[in-house]
Amino acid sequence: MDAIQKNLLKEIAGLHDVPTGAYNIRSNGGAAGRRSTANIEIVSKTDKPGIDIIVKPGTKNESVHIPVIISESGLKDLVYNDFYIGEGADVVIIAGCGIHNCGDQESAHDGIHTFHIEKNAKVKYVEKHYGEGDGNGENVMNPTTVIELGENAYMRMDTLQIRGIDSTVRVTKARLAAGAKLDIKENIMTHGNQHATTDFTVDLDGENSAAHVVSRSVAKDKSRQLFKSDVHGNNLCTGHTECDAIIMDEAKVDAIPALECNNVNASLIHEAAIGKIAGEQIIKLQTLGLTEKEAEEQIINGFLK
Amino acid sequence: MLELQHVSYVAPDDGKEILSDVNLTIDDKFVAITGPNGGGKSTLAKVIAGIYPVSKGKILLDGADITALSITERAKAGVSFAFQQPVRFKGITVKDLVTLAAGKKITTAEVCTYLSEVGLCAREYVNREVNASLSGGELKRIEIAMTMARGTKLSIFDEPEAGIDLWSFSNLISVFRKMREKIGGNIIIISHQERILNIADKVIVIAGGKVTAEGSKEEILPALYADAAKEAACSVLMSKVEDK
Ligand SMILES: Nc1ncnc2c1ncn2[C@@H]1O[C@H](COP(=O)(O)OP(=O)(O)OP(=O)(O)O)[C@@H](O)[C@H]1O
Ligand SMILES: [Mg+2]
Repeated sequence: MDAIQKNLLKEIAGLHDVPTGAYNIRSNGGAAGRRSTANIEIVSKTDKPGIDIIVKPGTKNESVHIPVIISESGLKDLVYNDFYIGEGADVVIIAGCGIHNCGDQESAHDGIHTFHIEKNAKVKYVEKHYGEGDGNGENVMNPTTVIELGENAYMRMDTLQIRGIDSTVRVTKARLAAGAKLDIKENIMTHGNQHATTDFTVDLDGENSAAHVVSRSVAKDKSRQLFKSDVHGNNLCTGHTECDAIIMDEAKVDAIPALECNNVNASLIHEAAIGKIAGEQIIKLQTLGLTEKEAEEQIINGFLK
Repeated sequence: MLELQHVSYVAPDDGKEILSDVNLTIDDKFVAITGPNGGGKSTLAKVIAGIYPVSKGKILLDGADITALSITERAKAGVSFAFQQPVRFKGITVKDLVTLAAGKKITTAEVCTYLSEVGLCAREYVNREVNASLSGGELKRIEIAMTMARGTKLSIFDEPEAGIDLWSFSNLISVFRKMREKIGGNIIIISHQERILNIADKVIVIAGGKVTAEGSKEEILPALYADAAKEAACSVLMSKVEDK
């Protein structure tokens, strides 16, 4: 791996070298390293690009890293990853995609991640998106995440996109069985002429299922963001979506939340707040000796933490 | 030392003169500002901190004219201001704010020392977000801790006791007493509380946007309470008259 690839790996996965535990590193559309462990097996798909990650039932406290890095300008990468999380397992999965584009062509990574999470299993899934490069080529990422949560299963998903992605359409679809819980936390910052769309669809099918989706975003310059969420309460369940956005400069943010209660015992809530940084927050930090610009930085850093 | 010379402030929205021709010299260690609601106390504090620009007049800090300085520049010149209504932030922690206030990297232990001084059990608070989940009284204490961490030559507290429970109130008084002993500069406390006015070296009364009285507590307080008593008696009488 060269210096550029190593840097991308550091940005998206906090990795300086090969990780411990199971991993699969995809670089410029090909495999750059893989390790399975006794409990976690990673195998290539035979019918399409991508891998199956199979976690044995009862596996505890293990992690899987599956970073994707692209440093060739103009590469369009499409990958299907399926995660099979066995009953009662408890694992951390760290994904992420870094693009370094110094050419003039569009580089793109489209990942379709499907999680089959069995009864009582727990997954923490972390995904970071990062782009860089001094060329004119656009960095495009369109991740799709499909989540099937079995009875009393739990998933927490943290996604982060802070820099360098010109266009993204993130689609997340989840279906929850009885007692299953889903927590999603999304952080996005866009600048320049970037575009970001996020689209959540959650079906709360099972009794006592619960979903909690929090999106925090900052839109700067002339960037645009669209937040869509659609939660269906099909049983005794609770659903909560929250879109909290700061807009600056000439940016635009749209929030289109939808709630559909199909059961009298479903309780669904949506909250949305979009606006500029509160003036009093800037003033308070200025009275501590920060300049307006430093104050804004602190407020945004905190907000996206 | 802080001096205000012929300071006026006109509200930009409605053109109302909120402060008119205020002249003050604040040279004592501990100065209390009091007066009726809406009298202009908080406005005066905001004018000193640079949040509101003066419409007329001059502000001098240790003889240097700071009238044209921005909020940031005044903060750096040595002005600290604990708000009457503290500001909430999403994601910024108590530790972040106290560290920003200190203006340098400080250890968690140091942050905790400031929090303990204002009666917050530090370990519980240090990593809490300064957001809507904190109570009003907790926010006020954090606001005081931040001002202590800044340690500047001028500290202004706008009704620091508001929302603070009785038990902690005595502790608060001792915090201010201690600050008075330690500080090299001046403390201004805006307050309606007799117990705070009682520890002041000087009391200033602001009403209707003007300084209406100024002097030692012995000179000011008796008249102030007599007025208050008169007003209270008057309103009792008035309500009786209106009832009839
Ligand atoms: N930005 C503004 N625009 C218009 N009027 C204002 C503005 N700020 C304050 N005022 C008015 O100026 C007057 C003084 O307000 P200020 O907040 O300074 O009073 P205060 O003495 O601090 O009162 P309190 O004891 O209730 O805190 C009030 O009548 C208030 O409504
Ligand atoms: Mg006030």
